[in-house]
Amino acid sequence: MAEPSWMDSARALVGKEYGRVYAWDKVNAPMIRQWCEIMGVDASPYLVEGVVHAPEAMLQVWCMEGFTLNNYPPGSTTENPYEVLKLMEAQGLASVVAVNSELQFSRAVREGERLYYTTRLDTISPEKTTALGTGYFVTLVMRYFSEIASGDQEVGQLLFRVFKFKPTQAAAPSAPASAPAKPKRPAPGISDDTRFFWEGARAGQLRIQRCTACGTLRHPPGPVCPQCHSFEWDAVTASGRGTVYSFVVMHYPEVPPFEHPNPIALIELEEGTRLITQLVGVAPGDARIGQKVQVEFHTYDGDLVLPQFRPVPDAN
Amino acid sequence: MSELSISGRAAIVGLGATEFSKNSGRTEVRLAMEATLQALNDAGIDPAEVDGFSSYSMDKVPEYEIARLLGAKNVRFFSQVPHGGGAACGPVLHAAMAVATGIARTVVVYRAMNERSWYRFGNGNYGFGSSPLFENVNYGWYMPYGFHTPAAWVGMFARRYMHTYGATSEDFGRVAVAARDFAATNPAAFFYQKPITLAEHQASRWICEPLHLLDCCQESDGAVAMVITSVERARDMKIRPVIVKGAAQGSSDGQQIMTSYYRDDITGLPEMGLVARQLWQQSGLAPQDIQTAVIYDHFTPFVLPQLEEFGFAERGAAKEFVRAGHHARGGRLPINTHGGQLGEAYIHGMNGIAEAVRQVRGTAVNQVGQVRNVLVTAGTGVPTSALILGQEK
Repeated sequence: MAEPSWMDSARALVGKEYGRVYAWDKVNAPMIRQWCEIMGVDASPYLVEGVVHAPEAMLQVWCMEGFTLNNYPPGSTTENPYEVLKLMEAQGLASVVAVNSELQFSRAVREGERLYYTTRLDTISPEKTTALGTGYFVTLVMRYFSEIASGDQEVGQLLFRVFKFKPTQAAAPSAPASAPAKPKRPAPGISDDTRFFWEGARAGQLRIQRCTACGTLRHPPGPVCPQCHSFEWDAVTASGRGTVYSFVVMHYPEVPPFEHPNPIALIELEEGTRLITQLVGVAPGDARIGQKVQVEFHTYDGDLVLPQFRPVPDAN
Repeated sequence: MSELSISGRAAIVGLGATEFSKNSGRTEVRLAMEATLQALNDAGIDPAEVDGFSSYSMDKVPEYEIARLLGAKNVRFFSQVPHGGGAACGPVLHAAMAVATGIARTVVVYRAMNERSWYRFGNGNYGFGSSPLFENVNYGWYMPYGFHTPAAWVGMFARRYMHTYGATSEDFGRVAVAARDFAATNPAAFFYQKPITLAEHQASRWICEPLHLLDCCQESDGAVAMVITSVERARDMKIRPVIVKGAAQGSSDGQQIMTSYYRDDITGLPEMGLVARQLWQQSGLAPQDIQTAVIYDHFTPFVLPQLEEFGFAERGAAKEFVRAGHHARGGRLPINTHGGQLGEAYIHGMNGIAEAVRQVRGTAVNQVGQVRNVLVTAGTGVPTSALILGQEK
């Protein structure tokens, strides 16, 4: 298929190198600490006195413009490394979606280093049609360097690919290229067989499914009683008291948004059923089998209510 | 033995494998074909003769593509067993049933995955949605808490087992140390010439308490394939046949996938017990008839209750078994002589079956003297399977 003639000027840019974009600040401990806090990563291995260094995955952070858009430090290039995207925008390819963002690291960067990056327009794909619309995949490669008197040193690179397209429908989703959504907790799948449990949690109740034919309590819930095969059931509200039947403390991998170490327990409820949950208010190393616990409910991401359990003193 | 038994009806007559690595650098289809062609060559069977296939879930290489590339003309049997590693011995059972009943004559079983470079099972991101599909509802009891890795799911059983029987992290470590000792002398192992000490096991970082890093198997790329045919046909072949003396699957009361936490007791593996009873019954053998075993070791803690379910140790006494070193080189029942999935590679159990074949043939690098019968088990915590392979009388 013949390309529109304006694409010639876009393709002419392929291979073009754009000048330096500097970091506002040298690599520094407060930024490392804050980034780790937000990402839920333990900062202590990075903030060792005398050998402070940044988590590799932070590389892109150092050279960001900051709160004000397009406000780069003095000395940075005045050319727009994204000019090809502007060109496409002018031709009606108004939407953009980030496709790949692949960081490679040559070495860790240390406190006091000043970084900059350069940009190369690497490739523009042939015209492609996806579920989102029709347009072009554009790949940019940013190389990150540390300024060093004896000769600057490359510390890593970012391959950044976006799909620049004309949406199939006017209402097709369009997201800014660099606005990753904050990770949320995975929401549970909920069916007609289990909805009572999650509705109970929202009402501050820990509910257990009960067979109305034989009275057996059961968890996890199901549509039929494994004892008597009756499909009739209701639910009882548990006291919320139980004991730790077993537990683990998760350390790795650290998957956002969870905090680590993450203590998870198998709780045996006073009523006899068991369920998996998180422990709260337990120092790592203090969890133990047989610990008495009490349910409490916490809300995440606005609408996810989860029962969690907190140790209570033994009543003896 | 009843006349209808599967025991002694089928034989493994060909074995093939790729190298095991962290990044094979080639497609899974290619890995499957390399292993399959090697297995057929080992058996001396023309690829066009293959008329049956069996593999197990999570494998993305379909049997029809292997058949197409082999030039197989009349494929009469194909199956894929569910539940990943728990299925590992299942394809051999399916193949044995197929050849025993005349449904097929030459069955290829295979596993080909770039697990390390393409997937990573332990990354905690599985893409479960919130729709009412059973899988989403089921994992909805765990994912919202971040309880999302196989190491964590196994750890929950392991902690209760330790509490109930007094087993310790060091007991789990003894399993790892023995496996790495065998891997150290197996050139095909990723950890060739890299043994570990119990102190190193104890010092390795936590993945999920009570599991250290060195309690967890590797993640690997690679493929293994085998050829199975009837014992009658195997007798006419040049290669020494490895007889399928027992083959069984099992799924037990309250079974779930890695989360059977709601049973009265969670310190045993009743599905493996079910498999064990079938194997002893089919084969007419007993624990003392087994010279070496491949005990599935994705995570060390589950090795102990497996030894108990098969009767190598009393319930709760596997810790004494490993403290005495019975499972290690020179022990009463050396296990995982290839280095296991801790030491050789994680090919989801299929590399363990390959080791059992070599031990029966007498060609293993860590050969255990005169081997008549080898037990091989498959993944634990899920519906599972196992085999007894051995020499014909």
